[in-house]
Amino acid sequence: MPASVSLSFALPLSSAAVSRSDPLATAAAPFGAFRRSGLRFCGLRKEVLSIRSLNSAVSRRITTPNPARQLSTKTLAAAKDNGSPSKDFDYDLVIIGAGVGGHGAALHAVERGLKTAIIEGDVVGGTCVNRGCVPSKALLAVSGRMRELQDEHHMKAMGLQVSSPGYDRQGVADHANNLASKIRGNLTNSMKALGVDILTGVGTIVGTQRVKYGKVGFPDTEVTARNIIIATGSVPFVPNGIEVDGKTVFTSDHALKLEWVPDWIAIVGSGYIGLEFSDVYTALGSEVTFVEALDQLMPGFDPEIGKLAQRILINPRKIDYHTGVFAKKITPARDGKPVLIELIDAKTKEPKDTLEVDAALIATGRAPFTKGLGLENIDVATVRGFVPVDEHMQVMDTDGNLVPHLYCIGDANGKLMLAHVASAQGISVVEQITGNNNVLNHLSIPAACFTHPEISMVGLTEPQAREKAEKDGFEISVAKTSFKANTKALAENEGEGLAKLIYRPDTGEILGVHILGLHAADLIHEASNAIALGTKIQDIKFAVHAHPTLSEVLDELFKSAKLKVGVSRSVNEPVAV
Amino acid sequence: MAASPSTASTARSGPLLSFSSSFSSASRPLLLPLPGCRSSGRRTARIPAISAKIREIFMPALSSTMTEGKIVSWVKAEGDRLSKGESVVVVESDKADMDVETFYDGILAAIVVPEGESAPVGAPIGLLAETEEEIALAKAQAQSQSQSQPQPQTQSPPSPPAGSVPSRPPPPPAPVATPVAVSEGPRKIVATPYAKKLAKQHKVDIASVVGSGPNGRITPSDIEAAAGIQPKKPASSPAAPVPQSSAPSAGASAKAPAATLPPIPGSTLVPFTTMQAAVSKNMVESLSVPTFRVGYPVTTNALDALYEKLKPKGVTMTVLLAKAAAMALAKHPVVNATCKDGKSFTYNESINIAVAVAIDGGLITPVLQDADKLDIYLLSQTWKGLVKKARTKQLQPNEYNSGTFTLSNLGMFGVDRFDAILPPGQGAIMAVGASKPTVVADADGFFSVKSKMLVNVTADHRIIYGADLAAFLQTFAKIVEDPESLTL
Repeated sequence: MPASVSLSFALPLSSAAVSRSDPLATAAAPFGAFRRSGLRFCGLRKEVLSIRSLNSAVSRRITTPNPARQLSTKTLAAAKDNGSPSKDFDYDLVIIGAGVGGHGAALHAVERGLKTAIIEGDVVGGTCVNRGCVPSKALLAVSGRMRELQDEHHMKAMGLQVSSPGYDRQGVADHANNLASKIRGNLTNSMKALGVDILTGVGTIVGTQRVKYGKVGFPDTEVTARNIIIATGSVPFVPNGIEVDGKTVFTSDHALKLEWVPDWIAIVGSGYIGLEFSDVYTALGSEVTFVEALDQLMPGFDPEIGKLAQRILINPRKIDYHTGVFAKKITPARDGKPVLIELIDAKTKEPKDTLEVDAALIATGRAPFTKGLGLENIDVATVRGFVPVDEHMQVMDTDGNLVPHLYCIGDANGKLMLAHVASAQGISVVEQITGNNNVLNHLSIPAACFTHPEISMVGLTEPQAREKAEKDGFEISVAKTSFKANTKALAENEGEGLAKLIYRPDTGEILGVHILGLHAADLIHEASNAIALGTKIQDIKFAVHAHPTLSEVLDELFKSAKLKVGVSRSVNEPVAV
Repeated sequence: MAASPSTASTARSGPLLSFSSSFSSASRPLLLPLPGCRSSGRRTARIPAISAKIREIFMPALSSTMTEGKIVSWVKAEGDRLSKGESVVVVESDKADMDVETFYDGILAAIVVPEGESAPVGAPIGLLAETEEEIALAKAQAQSQSQSQPQPQTQSPPSPPAGSVPSRPPPPPAPVATPVAVSEGPRKIVATPYAKKLAKQHKVDIASVVGSGPNGRITPSDIEAAAGIQPKKPASSPAAPVPQSSAPSAGASAKAPAATLPPIPGSTLVPFTTMQAAVSKNMVESLSVPTFRVGYPVTTNALDALYEKLKPKGVTMTVLLAKAAAMALAKHPVVNATCKDGKSFTYNESINIAVAVAIDGGLITPVLQDADKLDIYLLSQTWKGLVKKARTKQLQPNEYNSGTFTLSNLGMFGVDRFDAILPPGQGAIMAVGASKPTVVADADGFFSVKSKMLVNVTADHRIIYGADLAAFLQTFAKIVEDPESLTL
C-alpha cells in the first residue's frame, strides 16, 4: 500500500525535526509557539500527502481500503487540530515504563510515524533486562557449561577429559551484570537513535491524555498525549509471613546478583523462575529444596512434560521437595540460627514441618507494579493490582467502560506475564491506535524455561485441549517424538527429551506443542509461527529441514501426525524459479 | 514376540503385552506403557486378572525391535501402595524412555531388577502383592528369582519368616531407628536433600547419623562416612551432576591418594562433633592465607617475679601475657588489623585478645575484649568467668569469635617452641613456649643465666610484613622485660 508508506515516511520526518531541536525548549514553556509553527509546516505537508494517498487508494482500488482511509481521515483531523492550540498534544504517544514492553511499543510507534516519549522511573530495560530474563540467562549459560564439565560420564562418552572444573563466583556475577548493562545500553541507544524522548521520573496519569512525571524532590512536568500506554511491569511477589532481608531470604532480584552460593537453599515456588534458579544453584554446588503449594511440581506445564522434567531436572539432582504445602512463615538467618521455614498443609492449614536451611529464594510469582499511577484520577480500579483491559489492551474503568486513549500492556495487565508478550501487546496497541484493528492471539505465544535441557511450549496443554475438544465437540490427537531418535541430539550426546504435538486430526490445526530437550526454547518457534499464521500440519509437514539438525525433531513430529484430511495447498507443487 | 493382541488398535505400533508366555507362574502381565512415541491416543488394552495374589511385573516390549530394556528409575519404592493407572517404573528402550503403569491395585512388594540394570523383554522386574500379608511371600519369591538372575542385584531386604508378617509394609530403608547417641533430647533431624538421597541409596538409617554440618545438619559426607564409602560419586545416572566439592579429577591429582587410602582393619570411625567440624573447616580455610612466622626470645625474669607477686591476687600468666600483647598491639595497630578481601587493611578499633583453650574434645578461644584498656585485675576476673563458661559450653558467640589477635600458650606443658595456624579473620597469632633458664653472654663477654622464652608469631603477609612483626615483638619483649607497666 503506497498510501501508508508515504504517510509513515512523512510523519517521522516531522517528529524528528521537532525532537532534534533543543530538548530543553521542548520541555519548557516557550515550546508551544515553537512547536506549533513546526507542526503547521508538517500539517501542510501531511495534508498534501494524505490527499494524494486518498486519491491513490481510490484510484488503485485497493481491496482493503479501510485502514488507509481511516488513517488519512485521522491525519486530516490532526492537521486541522494544529490550528487550535487547545487541542494540541505534546506527543502522539506517551509510554509509562521503559521495560521490554514499552521499548517494543516505542520502536513500533516511531515506525508508524508517531511522536513518542517514554517515561522511565527506574532503569531502561525494566525487569527483564535488569532483574529478570537477561541476567538469569547469563547465570544459566554458566550453569549449563558447569553441568556439562562436571558430568564425567557425559564427557567420557565423547572422549573428553576434564579435571576438576571450578568457578569464580564474582566472575559469574560480573558476567550477568555486564550482560544486563550491555543490553540496557543497546535498548537505550536504539530508542535514542529513533528519536524517542526518554523522560526520567515516575509517571502519573493526571487526567485524560495528561501525564506528569518527575524525580522525587523535583517539580513535576506535565505532558499531554493523544494516547497513553501503561507498561509499568511487575515486582517479585512475596506472600505474607515471609520476611525478606535480601541476604538469606531473598527474591530473584537479589539472587541474580549472585552475592553468595549457599550450601542449601530452599526455593519457594516451582514455576519457571524457581526451576531456572534450581538449575543454576545445583550446577554451582548448592543443594535445593522446593516448596510448592500445589500437589505437583511445575504446575504450569503439560503434565507429561512436567513428569519428564521431574525425571530429568529434579530427581537426579541434589534436590528434594515438599508439595501441597505453604511456607507460612520464613525467618532469615540471624544469631547463628539458620533460615527457618514453617510449612503448613495447603488444604488443612495444619502445621507440617519446619525446614532449617542456609537461604530461601522466594519465587512465588510476580505482582503488578501499578501503585502511584494515578489511576484513581480517571476512575480506574485495579483488580488484585492488575489494570483491567479488553482484548485490545484498552483500559476499562470501574463500570467496565473503555477509557479512551489509555492502554495497558505487559505484566501490569496480567494477561500473560512474559517479556515478549508485553512487547507484542505494545505493537498491537500501536497498530490499533494507528487505525489497524489488531488483536493479539495469546495462544500463539511461545514460552520457554531455560533449564538444561530447556523446556518450551506454545498453545494448549493436553488437558486444556481435551477440555476444549469436549466442549466444542471435536476430536484431538497427540503425537510425540523423542530426541533419542535425532541425529544431532545424539551427536551432542544429549538424547534426553521429548516433543509433543496436540492437534486436530480432522483439520490439521495445531493446538499445542511442548518440547523438553536440547535447545527447546529455539525449536518452539516453528510451531508458534505455524499457530500464529494458521499453518496446518498437512502443509508444514512437507517443509524441508536441514539435516542433521535439532529442527528435525519437529519435522518428525509433524510427519508423525495422523490426519484425516488431505493436503490443502501443496507446497510441493512445481514453482518456477 | 510375535503374538500381537488383537485388541490393540492400529494406531499403536503394536509393541505391547506380547510377553505373557515367558512365565509359567500364576501371574499375568500387569503393565502397559503409556502411549508410545507415535501413538495418537491413550488407548489401553487390558488383560483380565486371574486370581493370583502375587503378580509379576514384566519388562514390557516398547517397540518391535526391542529385545531388552533398561530400568531408568523406579517411580515407586518397595512397600509403596499402587493404584490402578499409576506409573511404577520408567523403562528405557532403544527409542525412548517410557513410564510403565500398573493395571492393578496392590503393594510393590519387591523390586527384582534395580535401577540402572537391564532385563530382557518379558523377564520379571518386580513383584506386586495384593495384600500386606503377601509381601513376605513375594519377597521370598523375589530372592529366589534374583538368585537365578545372572546380573548383580541389590539384595532385597531379608524376608521375615512367614507368619510374623508385619501389619504394615515396611518402609523402603528397612532398618529401624535404634536410639543411638542422641544426647540432647529429641532434636529434630535435619538432613540436606542430597544426604537424604544418598541415605536411601545406601540404605543408611538417617536417624543414626550424627550431623557435622551447621546446627548439626546431616550432610552428604556424613552419610558417605556412615555408609563407609569413598566420597566418590557413584554416577548412577548419566544426568546426575557430579558434586563439585567431591569430584576427584579423573587424572592423577594430588587429592587422589587421600581418597583411596585403604581402610586399616579394626579402625573405628567417629564423626566430628559440631565444634570439631568447625575447627576442621577453619583450619582448611586458613590454607588460603599466605602466612609467615617470626620468632623472638624474651627474657622473663622480671615477668616471673611479677607473676609470683600477683598470683595471690588471682592473676594468671595467661592474663599477664595477654595484657602484654595487647599493650604491644596498641603501638602496632597493623598487627591487630585484618585482611578481609585481599585488597585492603581493616584496622580494628578494639584490641580483643583471643586465648586458645583446650576443652574436652575440642578447642575454643574465649576473648578478652579491650585487653589493652582493662586493668590486670579486672582482666583476670573476666578471664576466670570466660573459662568457666567455656567448660560448661555457655560462651556466647561474641565471647569466642570477636578476637582480633590470638594467644596460644603451651609453655605450661614444657613445650619450648611451636608454631600456630593463623585463624581466619585475624592478622596474627602468637605461640608462646616455656620459659627456661638459659646461659647468655652479654656484650662485655659476661655470662649469666636468664629465663628465656621463645615466642613465635604467625601473621598474614598480605598486610603484616616482617619488619612490622619484628617491631611488634621488640615492643612486646620490652614490656615483658620491664613488666611494671602491666599493673598500671
